[in-house]
Amino acid sequence: MSDYNFAYLDEQTKRMIRRAILKGLAVPGYQVPFASREMPMPYGWGTGGVQVSAATLTPEDRFKVIDQGADDTTNAVSIRKFFERTAGVEVTEETEAATIIQTRHRIPEAPLSEDQILVYQVPIPEPLRFLEPRETETRKMHSLEEYGLMHVKLYEDISQHGAIATAYAYPVKVEGRYVMDPSPIPKFDNPKLADCPAIQLFGAGREQRIYALPPYSDVVSLDFEDHPFEASKADHPCDLCDARDSYLDEVITDDRGGRMFVCSDTDYCRTRQAQGHLGAQLAARQEGAA
Amino acid sequence: MQTEALEGGFPDAPLDAARAFRAAMNAMARPGRIETLVGAVPPAPLSPAAGALILTLCDPGTPVHLAGALDVAGLRDWITFHTGAPLVGPAQAAFAVGKWEDLQPLDAYRIGTSEYPDRSATLIVEMPELTPQGAVLTGPGIKESTRLSLPDVAAMRRNAALFPLGLDFFLTSANRVAALPRSTQLEGN
Repeated sequence: MSDYNFAYLDEQTKRMIRRAILKGLAVPGYQVPFASREMPMPYGWGTGGVQVSAATLTPEDRFKVIDQGADDTTNAVSIRKFFERTAGVEVTEETEAATIIQTRHRIPEAPLSEDQILVYQVPIPEPLRFLEPRETETRKMHSLEEYGLMHVKLYEDISQHGAIATAYAYPVKVEGRYVMDPSPIPKFDNPKLADCPAIQLFGAGREQRIYALPPYSDVVSLDFEDHPFEASKADHPCDLCDARDSYLDEVITDDRGGRMFVCSDTDYCRTRQAQGHLGAQLAARQEGAA
Repeated sequence: MQTEALEGGFPDAPLDAARAFRAAMNAMARPGRIETLVGAVPPAPLSPAAGALILTLCDPGTPVHLAGALDVAGLRDWITFHTGAPLVGPAQAAFAVGKWEDLQPLDAYRIGTSEYPDRSATLIVEMPELTPQGAVLTGPGIKESTRLSLPDVAAMRRNAALFPLGLDFFLTSANRVAALPRSTQLEGN
C-alpha cells in the first residue's frame, strides 16, 4: 500500500461522488452535478473518470484503462499506475479479466459481462452545449424534454452532407426520456450502449457532472425514419489481425502514401493474433523477414 | 459516559465503505437484486445493512430523518458520532430511515425538481424480510423482469409515475439490501 488514503480521494469526497452515482443510476441519462476535485493530473486527462473509478474501486477489483482502445498510451498507463499505487489494486490489459474498465472514447470490442463496470471519461457531458451555450437554458430544455434543436442539428447535417455526418459523440435518448452524450466514442460503438449487461458510469471532471446507464438500459441513437442511424467504420479488415468486425484506426506509415488499418482495441487485436489470425500487412512483413 | 455510540463503526473505513458502496450500487443498478452489506454494528433497533448504508453515504452534508421507533437517543448519538449528519424532519431529509409505516406519508419528502431531479430523498426502509417474490419489476437495470417483496406496491407505483422526479428506496433486512429506484415499473400486488 501507500501513504495515500485508499484510492487517493478522502472519504467525504468519495461519499459525495457515491451519492451522485446512485442518483445517476436512479435517473438514467440525467447529469448529476457533483463537486469535482482537483486531481494530480490536468483537466482533460480523465479527472472525471478517475474520480468515479476512485469512488467505485474495492481492493478486490482488477482494473483496466484504455485510451482510444489502447492499453499502452500515456494516459492509460499513467491512470493505471495511479490506482496501482494509491489503491493497491491488481491491473490487467485483458478485457474479460477486468472488473472495472476506465475508458477514454471507446467501448471494448469483447462483449462485457454482468460483473463489470465501464467508466467513461467525458469532456463535455451536455449534448446540447454546442447548440445552446447557457447552462440555465440547457437545464430547462432537459426538464421540458425539449430536444427539437438536436434534431435540427442532425437535419442540417443531412441538408449539407446528404447524410448525418456526426461520427462521434453521437447523441442518444435514454429510456425514452433524457438525451445524453455518450462521450466522444465513435458512433460505431453506439449500439453497444444499449442492453449492456455491465453498469456504465460517466464522469466529467472539469464540467462537474456524473451520469449513468444501469445494465440493460434502453438507449436509442437519434435519427430520422428516412435517414436511420448507421454504425460505421473504415471498410477494411485489420492489417494485423484480419478482424472485419472491429473499429479501425488508420495509421500513416511513410510519406509515400503507405498506410495501414489496425484495430483501435489493442487487447482485441492482440488476442486475435495470438489465436492465429493474420492480417495482410503483418503476413507480408513476416514473409519478408523469412 | 455512554460509550455505545462510539462503537460499531466500520473497522477499516476506507475499505469497508468501498465494499459497502459496491453492494449498494449493484443493488441500485439492478433493482430487485439482493446484496449483502456487512461491517457496521449499529445499536438496536437499526439493522446492520441500514447502518452500513448510513456510514457509507451520510455525512454533515446529508440531513437524516429517523422515523418512528428508530428515533431513540442511542441511535441519534451513534449517527451523530460516526457521520456528523444533522437529524431533521422529513421535509429537509436527504436520507430517511425507518419501518414503512413510520416513514409515511411519502409526500412529506423531497422528490427533486424538474431541473434537478437528483435533489430527492433516499428512503431506507427496514423490512422484516427480503425475498425475491411478490411484485414484478421491469425497467432499467433489469434484463426482462424480476420479483421483490415490497411493502406497498400501489404507493411505489405512484412514486414511479412521478419519473424523472420521485423517491429512491433501499430496502434492508438484517445484513441484506435491495433497491427500488424511481425508474422501476411495477406490476401485481
